[in-house]
Amino acid sequence: MKSEYAVEFHDVVKIFPTPEGGQVNAVDHVSININHGEFFSLLGPSGCGKTTSLRLMAGFEWPTSGDVIIDGEKMGRRPPFLRPVNTVFQNYALFQHMTVYQNVAFGLEMEKVSKNEIDRRVNEALEMVKLPGMGRRKPKQLSGGQQQRIALARALVKRPEVLLLDEPLGALDLKLRKEMQLELKALQEQVGITFIYVTHDQEEALTMSNRIAVMSRGKALQIGPAVEIYERPNCRFVADFIGETNFLLGKIKIIDKDRVTVEISSPNQEICGIGIGQLSVGQAVAVSIRPEKVRLVDDDGSEVAELKGTENLLKGRVSATAYIGSDTRMVLELGTGVRMKVWEQNAISTLDPEAYYSTGDVVRIFVPYENTLVLPEDSV
Amino acid sequence: MISEQVGAEPKKKASLFTVLRENSRAQGLFLISPTNIYLFLMVVLPLILVTGLSFLSRGAYGQVLFRFNLTNYTRLFDALYGKVMVFSLGIGIGTTLICILVGYPLAYFLARAPARQRSLLLFLILLPFWTNFIIRIFAWMIILRSGGLLDTILQWLHITQAPLNLLYTPTAVLIGMVYEFLPFMVLPLYTSLEKIENSLLEAAADLGAPPWKAFLRVTLPLSVPGMIAGTILTFIPAMGMFVVPDILGGAKTILIGNVIRNQFLTARDWPFGAAASMVLMIMTMVLTLYYTRKAGFGEELLV
Repeated sequence: MKSEYAVEFHDVVKIFPTPEGGQVNAVDHVSININHGEFFSLLGPSGCGKTTSLRLMAGFEWPTSGDVIIDGEKMGRRPPFLRPVNTVFQNYALFQHMTVYQNVAFGLEMEKVSKNEIDRRVNEALEMVKLPGMGRRKPKQLSGGQQQRIALARALVKRPEVLLLDEPLGALDLKLRKEMQLELKALQEQVGITFIYVTHDQEEALTMSNRIAVMSRGKALQIGPAVEIYERPNCRFVADFIGETNFLLGKIKIIDKDRVTVEISSPNQEICGIGIGQLSVGQAVAVSIRPEKVRLVDDDGSEVAELKGTENLLKGRVSATAYIGSDTRMVLELGTGVRMKVWEQNAISTLDPEAYYSTGDVVRIFVPYENTLVLPEDSV
Repeated sequence: MISEQVGAEPKKKASLFTVLRENSRAQGLFLISPTNIYLFLMVVLPLILVTGLSFLSRGAYGQVLFRFNLTNYTRLFDALYGKVMVFSLGIGIGTTLICILVGYPLAYFLARAPARQRSLLLFLILLPFWTNFIIRIFAWMIILRSGGLLDTILQWLHITQAPLNLLYTPTAVLIGMVYEFLPFMVLPLYTSLEKIENSLLEAAADLGAPPWKAFLRVTLPLSVPGMIAGTILTFIPAMGMFVVPDILGGAKTILIGNVIRNQFLTARDWPFGAAASMVLMIMTMVLTLYYTRKAGFGEELLV
């Protein structure tokens, strides 16, 4: 039976020297367990260590400390050509002096597979990426998307334990990228190989992955499925990086189990929400409110009759609106320079301008307590 | 006249400008004309002169007589000249091969050096060109002569006991030629090696190729264009070289280049020298064409 995990990082550190003579922790004490057959994404801004992590798995880099374990085996300083993983490179790295067929066959020739077997498997792989009969062409004669597929076929034909993909769709145009996302996901499910996917595109990661590791400055901040990362980010960076959100800054006043009341400085009022991580009274926190998770009501100046115990109430003035079809995006001025992005879904089809908020409208903003996350301010 | 063909138009003289404005072929010819003029003056005209000269005769006092003559060519089939031809060919091919063998590791090292050091290293490769070529070859006399620098060092290191007597031998000529042409091999090789992205070697390793296989299957084939360009830049001038054999080869080592030079400057038999030049040129051209047909044209030469 197989090992427990396809790939494990045990407290991996990778330090690079900088040209200025200093050093940088490209990967900083990262521990990850990736399951067999999982579509796992490493997501983060450029320079966050995601590509270095992938290169550590492929064997192009060796960890400064910690262990990279693939299929239960410690990799140590094992060179790339002895690892049971294959890589799809960002720039495809196809051999221009070989035909498509020769490119795909290369890895099998290295394994000393018989000619007939190579022929069968290469054709199978080309069929799998929907490019049968392209074997005789040179990579340069193919479009970017086709080259991408060849790179994929070249790696998959080896039937690796784990397939590493380094922003493979980065060079494609948006439409093709979306197509390939779905295709890649379907392909992964079909072949059942563990895919480890590096991307800086959060939508891509959310669309395709079983689980995502959000990385920043060499650290894996949060590892979990898309829903968890979006709905329950564990720190301010993740909340900010994944999707859009608003932060209101303040100090914790009361902690009642996971329900935390925060004294916001501007506007000066209290807000309660779900506490994330270790919090203590008096701690500086950022309250995260996603723009689509609020309810707007016209402010007619009347007393708010029934403020449900579970809702927060804020007041704001619409300072900008943009109708984008599915919803209307607004910027609300909460007072003293604090702004809040709010997306109001256009649930009713109407041409009546009165049905939409316009600049200058004063509104009440209801935010359910479960939609309000209290995150430690100082993390990252 | 163009204006007559147009008919309805009032009759105008077709100036250069109107022709250029209306005729795209004329435009093309006009724009390329500096190149054409240069090629005509520097290549076509001398070639015509040398070809014509090779069919004329030498007068008693070394003057050129305008009398048609084929013996210039038939004389070249003499065994003496045949031997010189074969020897020249051997030296030319030998120079090229040794340049590849010595130049490849050097170019590889250059291409893999850290980017900051690369320009310095390239500068060092080109540095010898700052000194006159003949002076540099004379320097090799000092190195190679009996009891010279090389002998002294080898004997001091107890590698050899007696002087090697290298000067005035074909070996000395070969050494001088390799020295002279090495940069012409290294630079195009460097260009093509430097263009090979590291990710290609990573891809090869990733697909299971140990370093030596990655070299044979990826690096080497991708550096072939540089090798071809280097071969052309080395082989062709090496075939016509006469300074190096003059200085390092002594009286015994004569290349076809020396024969030609002597006919023009010493024997004053210009027609025969011209015929020998023609034969050398045709031979070099045929070999080069054959080689580029086989191996592909050196793209590096075009860049």
